[in-house]
Amino acid sequence: MKDFAALLDALIFTPSRNGKLRHMQAYFATAEDPHRGWGLAGLTGGLDFKSAKPALVRALVEERVDPALFRWSYDFVGDLAETVALIWPARPGANRPPSLDEVVTRLRLAGKSEVPGLLAGWLDALDATGRWALLKLITGGLRVGVSARLAKTALAEFGQVDVAEIEEIWHGLEPPYGPLFDWLEGRGERPEPNESVAFRPMMLANPLEDRDFESLDFAAYLAEWKWDGIRVQLVARNGERRLYSRTGDDIGRAFPDIIEAMDFEAVLDGELLVVRDGQVAPFNDLQQRLGRKTVSAKLLDSNPAHVRLYDMLFEGGEDIRPLRLDERRQRLESWYGAGRPRFDLSPVLSVAGREALAGLRAEARTAGIEGLMLKRADSAYVAGRPKGPWFKWKRDPLTLDVVLMYAQRGHGKRSSFYSDYTFGAWRDSEAGAELVPVGKAYFGFTDEELRQLDKWVRDNTVDRFGPVRAVAPGLVLEVAFDAVHPSTRHKSGLAMRFPRVKRIRWDKPADEADRVETLAALVETA
Amino acid sequence: MSAPHPETWLQTRPEGLYCLPGDFFVDPHRPVDRAVVTHGHADHARPNNQAVLATPETLAIMRARYREQAGGSLQPLRYGERERIGEVEVSFAPAGHVLGSAQAVLEWRGSRVVISGDYKRRRDPTCPAFEPVPCDVFVTEATFGLPVFTHPDDGEEIRKLLTSQALFPERTHVVGVYALGKAQRVICRLREEGYDRPLYIHGALQALCDLYQELGVVLGELRPATASSKQEMVGQIVLAPPSAIADRWARRLSDPVVVLASGWMRVRQRAKQRGVELPLVMSDHADWPELTRTLEDVGAPEVWVTHGSEEALVHWANGQGFRARALSLIGRGEEEQEVA
Ligand SMILES: [Zn+2]
Ligand SMILES: [Zn+2]
Repeated sequence: MKDFAALLDALIFTPSRNGKLRHMQAYFATAEDPHRGWGLAGLTGGLDFKSAKPALVRALVEERVDPALFRWSYDFVGDLAETVALIWPARPGANRPPSLDEVVTRLRLAGKSEVPGLLAGWLDALDATGRWALLKLITGGLRVGVSARLAKTALAEFGQVDVAEIEEIWHGLEPPYGPLFDWLEGRGERPEPNESVAFRPMMLANPLEDRDFESLDFAAYLAEWKWDGIRVQLVARNGERRLYSRTGDDIGRAFPDIIEAMDFEAVLDGELLVVRDGQVAPFNDLQQRLGRKTVSAKLLDSNPAHVRLYDMLFEGGEDIRPLRLDERRQRLESWYGAGRPRFDLSPVLSVAGREALAGLRAEARTAGIEGLMLKRADSAYVAGRPKGPWFKWKRDPLTLDVVLMYAQRGHGKRSSFYSDYTFGAWRDSEAGAELVPVGKAYFGFTDEELRQLDKWVRDNTVDRFGPVRAVAPGLVLEVAFDAVHPSTRHKSGLAMRFPRVKRIRWDKPADEADRVETLAALVETA
Repeated sequence: MSAPHPETWLQTRPEGLYCLPGDFFVDPHRPVDRAVVTHGHADHARPNNQAVLATPETLAIMRARYREQAGGSLQPLRYGERERIGEVEVSFAPAGHVLGSAQAVLEWRGSRVVISGDYKRRRDPTCPAFEPVPCDVFVTEATFGLPVFTHPDDGEEIRKLLTSQALFPERTHVVGVYALGKAQRVICRLREEGYDRPLYIHGALQALCDLYQELGVVLGELRPATASSKQEMVGQIVLAPPSAIADRWARRLSDPVVVLASGWMRVRQRAKQRGVELPLVMSDHADWPELTRTLEDVGAPEVWVTHGSEEALVHWANGQGFRARALSLIGRGEEEQEVA
């Protein structure tokens, strides 16, 4: 438990992806079996055992600590699990801390009534960091800033294999992953993927650069719209059904409407969208469906999910990935036939030539479309991001001139810089013109520009709140963003998608920056 | 006749804690005619007092920091020696906080008060250990006066730093430490853990590191960080004041890992707020178990609690049968507030 606790502790403080990878690799290299396998399961969201409610934890600590002292401490620390971890009184004699394996296996078998006793005994024996890690584990959700994908990437680097190989076999594996570690350490064969419902690593597209555009042999490519949803893989085999995200995370629980409609035997590639009356809804409507363990009937009704299909990987048990794209497309179309509820086909666009294609991209401004996809008609379906066969060609972003309002210190390499910027647009109020925050951006500028922005923030600070500085309204930023949609969470009533700093307008007076109404006019209607 | 209660001869005044029969202040916040100073931190040792009584090490620290403004007459008093000021016998006992730190022991007409200044109970290779002195009233700090504060073993924390250095050999570890005490203790503990490479220090740490070495604390090879190239500092450990570690000064370093050595690092949110990547829980102040154990060791029937979380320690002490109350002193705890 001690090395796992130290890993979690390091991960929450390490801002950079590379740093996190390094910590996880060191853990996989030094922790022992089966503990590291349980640790991996914890990081990838694969631990399933009796959890404890915060109220139970609180009750346990209140039996042991003076209530007034606990209250003052909780006020000071602000987080229940952490307060309990720090304040839990050491019990002399309780000196055998549990291993991670012991914690996981006993919790899996424990009845509900046994949990408090187990937990208290372990808390007595662990040190403060161990107690904190245990409480995070048992109250659900490690929240250490590591996705399942990142943990698998660390594992791949540790075992010097391609992460796609790990994704390919992942769904046939069970914690604590003994055979997986045997293979990665050269002691065993590669485990066989669970053929029936395994995730197949996806084929990804490269952005189309200007120089690609000049040299591209357009006649060899098929064009499709690039939909503004989430890329998914649908796997239905032998009565089992899975819905995977691009990174291989199983998101089926959040989309029971899609799972229910998967009454076929195939592996398909498509775009998950919310579609109402045949119209694609804003991305935000899809966002509301994501990350849920259960979905209410109301939400299923108001935000119905839909998949727009563009590729087929398996038909029945037949692996058709080696076929050409145009052949796979034919198989997809004949399989689809006259139609299937909750699914449709992403149309193949007919384009006469280079200009027509550029024109099509420029028009791609209706809701739900981000640009164009260009795929070679003869491309086989291969994992990863090969350069050449598939391109994504996003439309030009929208832009707005906004005024810098707040700046916050960055993380990691940027911790000495004010690098996260909240900006606003003007609107009229009773007291005259006022700035309303409309978004936040933390990239798009060069290192040199960051230095200049940082200096400007320090020189123009009017107020401070912890790591945040409020600045005088004097600097205009041209921000680029992909779309804007209504949002009740923002004061302006609007939220930008993917905003970034395009240019610093040192030349432009702040009172000539854009107004909130200008932004509102860019909201796309279906 | 029974001894006079200390309340009758010690008062809080705007300048600080005042001893009537001796006509002096202990750790006055503003310049006074006569001051008894427990240790060299700026919230205890102020410049420009007319006369100062302190340990020889504390006086040396005050001279290094304040130069000609260290005070009118500076009178040294070693641990264990006695000095009469007015009607009061004054002596110093080690406080284990930083080099030269002392508890001021005041005796008048058979009544004894110990003003402990800042203290800790665990081992520190840079200064002698705290000695409990039996007394009628014990004046204690409470910087970490909440039971969530239990500082871990400092060896474990130092080894965390060395482990991280091994894991990120291409990065520079920049460790935030305050200039008096923490810097030298971290250096000494690194040396004790077998780290014998040169350590790089920010200019603001130089004078006190030099002074510690002159006073016999061995720190090994120290190099000025400012004079070294970015390339030279790859993989090295640099010590700097906490205000510099995440600010513009640190940009000269190679992809720095921001480290902060402070008791406040016990609370993760605090460490995260400050952008710290590697928090080291190390303090020169007593943690909760040390505070409560000290009240028991000293055995004073009455306890006055100054800077920190007074209310919690007062509550605990009253529950244990001490007569305890908070004593509010202006300006205390400011120097180390951020990095204790
Ligand atoms: Zn101090
Ligand atoms: Zn102090």
